[in-house]
Amino acid sequence: MLTLAEIVETIKMVQEENLDIRTITMGISLRDCAGPSPAAARKKIYDKITGLAGNLVRVGEEIEKEFGIPIVNKRISVTPISLVAESCGEEDYTGFAKTLDEAAEAVGVNFIGGFSALVHKGFTTGDMRLVQSIPRALATTQRVCSSVNVATSKAGINMDAVYLMGKIIKETAQLTAHRDGLGCAKLVVFSNVPEDNPFMAGAFHGIGEPESVINVGVSGPGVVKNVVERNKDADFGTLAEAIKKTAFKITRMGELVGRTAASRLGVPFGIVDISLAPTPAVGDSVAEILEYMGLERCGTHGTTAALALLNDAVKKGGAMGSSYVGGLSGAFIPVSEDAGMIRAVEIGALGLDKLEAMTCVCSVGLDMIAVPGDTGPETIAAIIADEVAIGVINHKTTAVRIIPAPGKKVGDRVEFGGLLGRAPVMPVHPFSSDIFVRRGGRIPAPVSSLTN
Amino acid sequence: MQNLKQDSKGNRVIISVLGPDRVGIIAGVANILSENNINILDISQTIIQEFLAMVLIADMEKSKINMEQLKEKLAEKGREIGVKIDAQHEDVFNFMHRL
Repeated sequence: MLTLAEIVETIKMVQEENLDIRTITMGISLRDCAGPSPAAARKKIYDKITGLAGNLVRVGEEIEKEFGIPIVNKRISVTPISLVAESCGEEDYTGFAKTLDEAAEAVGVNFIGGFSALVHKGFTTGDMRLVQSIPRALATTQRVCSSVNVATSKAGINMDAVYLMGKIIKETAQLTAHRDGLGCAKLVVFSNVPEDNPFMAGAFHGIGEPESVINVGVSGPGVVKNVVERNKDADFGTLAEAIKKTAFKITRMGELVGRTAASRLGVPFGIVDISLAPTPAVGDSVAEILEYMGLERCGTHGTTAALALLNDAVKKGGAMGSSYVGGLSGAFIPVSEDAGMIRAVEIGALGLDKLEAMTCVCSVGLDMIAVPGDTGPETIAAIIADEVAIGVINHKTTAVRIIPAPGKKVGDRVEFGGLLGRAPVMPVHPFSSDIFVRRGGRIPAPVSSLTN
Repeated sequence: MQNLKQDSKGNRVIISVLGPDRVGIIAGVANILSENNINILDISQTIIQEFLAMVLIADMEKSKINMEQLKEKLAEKGREIGVKIDAQHEDVFNFMHRL
């Protein structure tokens, strides 16, 4: 039987420590919507999404009330549109993005992911059309998120795609210049992209996935922060153990909510993504967890080690708490979405280079980073190349979500609002990478037996 | 909470009260439950300094109202007597603390 202390602990996590379920994401296959007529394909897409996800928001809200745990977002991921739109002759896929946007609005979700292409080895006609459509698609829709996978550990790095994405990111920023380049906040460039990630902006419904599925992303930096605070004199073994136990409890909530939602919606339960996902809210910060471990500011020497401990302890506890762990499942370190990261950048404790090092030991990568508006496409491509190289060599997912904020310079600030937060503009290296990036071709896949 | 009745069919809720100790808190909650045919299985409470933490386990099997309505009634009573009252499905706690 439950003890009073256990019951009070759970209630405290929700009421005082911001424990919530970050997202319930319904994955929907659109593979059966392809066809030669763009209009017919789009109608099928709209009907399928609104048919399957019609009850998603209602069921989410029902579960929220019964369990007393907030579910912050209800979202949808779909088959990469490059695969679905390819059969029709249309050159510009913006129309498909608009259909996704309309379907998302109709069912009441705030984001829909899957305006995506997988081009780690090369482009098909549909892939190229999709990528070329990204700037317009993101500028003319509200809810659509886009992602492009440019590298895998098995295929190497498609540097043509990396360079192209540098240009696409610039163009996306220009087309949404009136909102500080907001379009770029909805665009992620990946290596080793997972097919079942429930978190935006990188979510899509992979080709190995079933017809429809429910994936859940948990949250809980606030809960972990309080545990670290309570163990301020403990040695590392004790600290790791305490984080592990807490991660287990957080993950159990994800498992419960995911299973309940899947059963009520009549679709299979996929995975729990055990990532620690911060929000701009005070006390919901990954950077603060690292600081409570004993660092004056996130970004100083020792930050990578602290993050490695945190990330590993969360995985160990989480893996025990859920029968299926998947997605990204590692701590997120987005700058604009984490009050502690923002503060660390503003006082000069944290820069791009340290962030890059931190991505070696956690998930996602350079996330929600604002750089000066005059940063060239070659420099952005080189930043992407560095980040995906870390993923490819280390057999892990990495990603870049970078915003070259139009008209802004170092020290300025961009505001996206809501969960996307605000970001101080960070400096990039002034030395050119142009010749390197323009070489073109593919960086070969790494050998994996010589691991040092 | 060792002697809880074991015959429930997964309709158990945990009602929690947090706030300053007052006369009539248990009576207030118990009234709402009895009016709506919700059976109380167990009550336990502790006073931490001057604050009361009370946890009540109840069975909604034959309840006249649903979870949402119960939560509303409890929240309203809580506002009236100046404490925070909430109800959550028991699974939340079992899932978090038991394998």
